[in-house]
Amino acid sequence: MGRLIRLIETYLTPLLVFALLLVASVSLSFGSTASVSIFGGISDWLQGETTQAALIIGEIRLPRTLLALIIGAALGLSGAALQGLLRNPLAEPGLVGASQGAALGAATVFYYGVFAGLGTLATAVAGLLGAAAALLFMLLLAGSGRPALVIMAGLAISTVAGAALAVVLNFAPNPYAMQELVFWLMGSVSNRGLDSLIILFPALIIGSALILSQRRLLAALSLGEKVAESLGQSVKKGSHIIVLGTACLIGASVSVAGTIGFVGLLVPHMLRPFVGHRPDRLLIPAALLGAILVCVADIAVRAMPFGQELKLGVLTSLIGAPFFVWLVWKERKRWL
Amino acid sequence: MALISIKNLTVEQRLKAVSLELNRGELLGLIGANGAGKSTLLHAIAGLQSTTGDIAIEDRRLDTIPPHERARLIGIQPQAVSSAWALTVTDIVALGRMPWGDEDQAAIDRAIERAGIDEFRDRNIDHLSGGERARVWLARVLAGEPQLLLADEPIASLDIHYQLAVMEVLKNYSREEKGVIVAIHDLSLAARFCDRLCLLNKGELIALGTPKEVLTEERLSTAYGIPVDIDLDRDPPVVLPR
Repeated sequence: MGRLIRLIETYLTPLLVFALLLVASVSLSFGSTASVSIFGGISDWLQGETTQAALIIGEIRLPRTLLALIIGAALGLSGAALQGLLRNPLAEPGLVGASQGAALGAATVFYYGVFAGLGTLATAVAGLLGAAAALLFMLLLAGSGRPALVIMAGLAISTVAGAALAVVLNFAPNPYAMQELVFWLMGSVSNRGLDSLIILFPALIIGSALILSQRRLLAALSLGEKVAESLGQSVKKGSHIIVLGTACLIGASVSVAGTIGFVGLLVPHMLRPFVGHRPDRLLIPAALLGAILVCVADIAVRAMPFGQELKLGVLTSLIGAPFFVWLVWKERKRWL
Repeated sequence: MALISIKNLTVEQRLKAVSLELNRGELLGLIGANGAGKSTLLHAIAGLQSTTGDIAIEDRRLDTIPPHERARLIGIQPQAVSSAWALTVTDIVALGRMPWGDEDQAAIDRAIERAGIDEFRDRNIDHLSGGERARVWLARVLAGEPQLLLADEPIASLDIHYQLAVMEVLKNYSREEKGVIVAIHDLSLAARFCDRLCLLNKGELIALGTPKEVLTEERLSTAYGIPVDIDLDRDPPVVLPR
């Protein structure tokens, strides 16, 4: 067992990259029209031809696959970053209030046309602001990285954001708008189109760069804020950079795909034994595994035989929630 | 030239105008009751606490030294450290190299050897006992090879064997032309190992000098509020509550 772990540890990133490519090609070749050549479709689509393969791959499957990968990467990375920053294995965008804050921001724009001048960017910017505000309030309220306090503060902020979101839903301009919003909140990457990538891709790059720039801080924070500060790290500034990076990732993904929960919670736990539990070495593998998991979940959603598609966010919650229960159980045993 | 000189150091409601100097090759013990200001003083010297007054390390004002350089000069082991993750001992010790921006294997090995933790260097921290962990935290500071090493109650949770072992490590480190300041509750061990002692009471420095000069019945009963028996002529010296 120990040898297997060490072997995976050595080749973790190449293994994950290989798995990601595999999953992406399955996602591209999977759909209601069976025999479509992936490469033929992509090359036709790139040359601007309107063959059936070009349309199916280029307009439907490619955007969906890319979105699933990018959103998964954003969620996995932000989960790893938040857990490292808060020194808390239960931290997750959805559990510390970030997702709800982003949803509130994006929903407000959706309905009331705030930031109209920004065009399609408006929801993403509002999502980012919502996520950043929620995270900052959470940090302020918790005052430290102590697990119980972080979760309580996260719960409080989620509740406040949830209440405000209910108000927005309550005053929805019409029932269709409300239905649309509710479905969007459940989380999905279908029918989003390549336009969303214009928002998501830069957000992923900027958010990841901000978080990765603080790798050393995350490592030092393993031993607490005082030790990190004494090692020459600027804890306050670095924490703000990590919060901003996470807000970028969560704000953009929620504004495009709604809330897809528990990926950020699950992924770091699955990887920790293979990176020697080091929060700094966890980041890139977490992004890769997050991408893989969300893409696999999306393939599963498409493969289900129901008339109406199960939303991706509902599926991840169905899988993730029992995992959360198990984590609480494990923590409980540590204290009893 | 003193390695570190402190003048009129004040922290609101915790420390009042503390002044002291420490030379290279010296082990200074900080003693005093709970809440006397020992941790605050150590944090202030490490630059982790906003203060008024002057702290200079080899004539350079501490507040003019950039954080990463300060971290190379001064290493601190805070009280009650814990690791959030099940890191390996070697990875934790390697964190001590962060101010240098390297993972100098020779320095890490030296620190592991000094702290006597070689036998479990590949184990995960959550599988170690309290006494073993305490030596890992110490090795983490030693790996940075700071000119001034500060340790806040490093022997608080240790059995008598490891109390002696850790104090030996600190004493030996000071003998390499470094400075060491240790906050300590065990007055007998303080008398036995420290070159000088600094007695704090309610944020004020009430005595500074050799163990013989500082450990008097009158001073200790003022600082701790109870009578004490002192026999410094014994080997090892003994200071006990009566």
